[in-house]
Amino acid sequence: MVHGEIWTLKELFVYPNEYIYWSIQIVMYPFMTGLVAGAFVLSSLYHVFGVKQLKEIARFSLVFSFALLPCAPLPLLLHLQQPLRNHHVLMTPHFTSAIAAFGIVFMTYGMIVASELWFVFRGHFVTRAIELKEKGTGIADRLACALFTLLTLGAWDVSEESLHSDEKAVKFLAAAGIPVACFLHGYAGFIFGSVKANALWMTPLMPVIFICSAIVSGIALCIISYIVVAKLRNLVHSRLRRNTGLPVSKALQGADIAIVIITARYLLIFLVLAISLELLDLIFRSYTAVKSWEILRRVIYERDFVKIFILQYGLGNLVPFILFLLPRLTIRRAATGALLVLLGVFMMRWNVVIGGQAFSGSFAGFMDYRMPIIPVSLETFREGLFGALFVAGMPYVLFWIFSRVMPVFDVKEA
Amino acid sequence: MMNRRQFCKNALIIAGGVSLPLAALELFDPKRLLAEKSSKGDRRWVFLVDIDKCVGCGFCVKACKIENEVPYEAKVSRTWVERYVITKKGETLIDSPNAARDGFTSTKIDQNLEGMKEVTEGEIAKAFFVPKLCNQCENPPCVQVCPVGATYQTADGVVLVDREWCIGCGYCIMGCPYGVRFFHPVYQVAEKCNFCYHRLAKGMTSACVDACPFGARRIGNLRDPEDPVTKIITTERVNVLKEQYGTNPQVFYLGMTMEVK
Repeated sequence: MVHGEIWTLKELFVYPNEYIYWSIQIVMYPFMTGLVAGAFVLSSLYHVFGVKQLKEIARFSLVFSFALLPCAPLPLLLHLQQPLRNHHVLMTPHFTSAIAAFGIVFMTYGMIVASELWFVFRGHFVTRAIELKEKGTGIADRLACALFTLLTLGAWDVSEESLHSDEKAVKFLAAAGIPVACFLHGYAGFIFGSVKANALWMTPLMPVIFICSAIVSGIALCIISYIVVAKLRNLVHSRLRRNTGLPVSKALQGADIAIVIITARYLLIFLVLAISLELLDLIFRSYTAVKSWEILRRVIYERDFVKIFILQYGLGNLVPFILFLLPRLTIRRAATGALLVLLGVFMMRWNVVIGGQAFSGSFAGFMDYRMPIIPVSLETFREGLFGALFVAGMPYVLFWIFSRVMPVFDVKEA
Repeated sequence: MMNRRQFCKNALIIAGGVSLPLAALELFDPKRLLAEKSSKGDRRWVFLVDIDKCVGCGFCVKACKIENEVPYEAKVSRTWVERYVITKKGETLIDSPNAARDGFTSTKIDQNLEGMKEVTEGEIAKAFFVPKLCNQCENPPCVQVCPVGATYQTADGVVLVDREWCIGCGYCIMGCPYGVRFFHPVYQVAEKCNFCYHRLAKGMTSACVDACPFGARRIGNLRDPEDPVTKIITTERVNVLKEQYGTNPQVFYLGMTMEVK
């Protein structure tokens, strides 16, 4: 069977070789990169612009961004027909291609986040290493001690002055990271926006739209994860308290609504920007009505109406917009709003990637994507529901691992 | 003992050096750039399709599939033939069942999910067949977007795919406005028509040209003014597909009308 045949339904006239070649994993790719970039920008709001209220969530979102990072190229890898040749992109990059620079942009960004994390947690690494060295007798303690010693990279100086220069480095890296994070994602937008053969994708607005919606989704995911993690910690500790009778500290009483409110405000700003740009694009297309408009109109207003106007703009943008704007925001309402925002951004990625392939290059026919649900073969796993869930779940596993060494809550300020 | 400043400095230099792939330096080789950009050899393969002569027998598709080892039953093909039926009401119906591998055996038009559409003879204003193949564009978007340089343009204008190097990302398939590219069902890499480059190299013509009983498909060398194909292209009213994409296609059509997509 030809690649793509399994999930493509053709209608009217479609060129014989046309199938939905870019499926769910390519929807996941900009979605995941968006989350990475958004989470990082959120953490930078505290480090660079000194938004004090974001202090707690800043550390959280930085570690989360680092956990999301390896998951951004994962969908690309799963989508490649020759995944074992992925390193060719680094070995022989062909720089006229938008994808060729991916490795370089991605690794630059990765290095920035990694070094920023190191500066943020260096003080903690040193303290832990010394603590463990003193008390460590068991094998687990010794291993942990070796790990933390390694993580200090030999920089043991935790004097006031040295920690202060750490902070300065964090500020610098966070500032340098913002344009790189935006570039990383704007670049994902460019990959689509520069395909002149695709009438829906080709617009210079694509990178900017992608950046704005990336920040929106990153902030939304941080809000949800923050609320969920805080709730879980609260549950675990209240059980402990019941058993031990110890008082519970303020930091363990669940998510702080003040943090959520201020974070939600930034989410709204970027949401308004993203929607404005998307609508501008739509209005411009319908007003200029070039040759491709007739088929685009049928895709946007008829075939994909529910996905675009109900799920993306309605449920994904308008409803959370109202939820966040209504007075007396509660944790539960914020979580619902953030979840809907994530749905909206995911649908936006879907409508761009799959919607862009919903019509034939002949402009005389349509294609429909039926996502494989049950993984009956490697291909239907990789490019189906479970492949996407695998990609979506991976950051949480990594986050859990990373948070073992880099505590994201109630750390003594370094 | 190294101080922190020195450590950071050295670390940055090493990281920078490691992240700069050696291949990046190659980009600036001026000799190669010149050769790639301004090579004007004595050969430029072009194709001429005479729409009036095509009867939609599909011999070309069959020959192509066999010659180029594209699995016979696979629903992809390096070349195909489209049937256009324009009704008196102005409706344009197009189909290409199985890429027209077996010709057009039914008068009904294959509309995929919409089923087979019956058009009576009285309703038809005009009908014709249009063979399609890779346009071997002078400015090929597929070559531009390949992230690893696995697809490239030869000096004589044909765009080829390196099956050993293609990573199968599908960006070239997305970048082609003509829909000529697909994933080879066996090799799992990008696949496309290359005018039967292996045959051209031996002084033969493309398999489809050989197989066409009506002379609807011809191949020629644009740099040779005496070539009969060149003479037609330079003196008669020929057209190309989707000129608006700026790809500068090198498959020329005689008798093409505005309905052709």
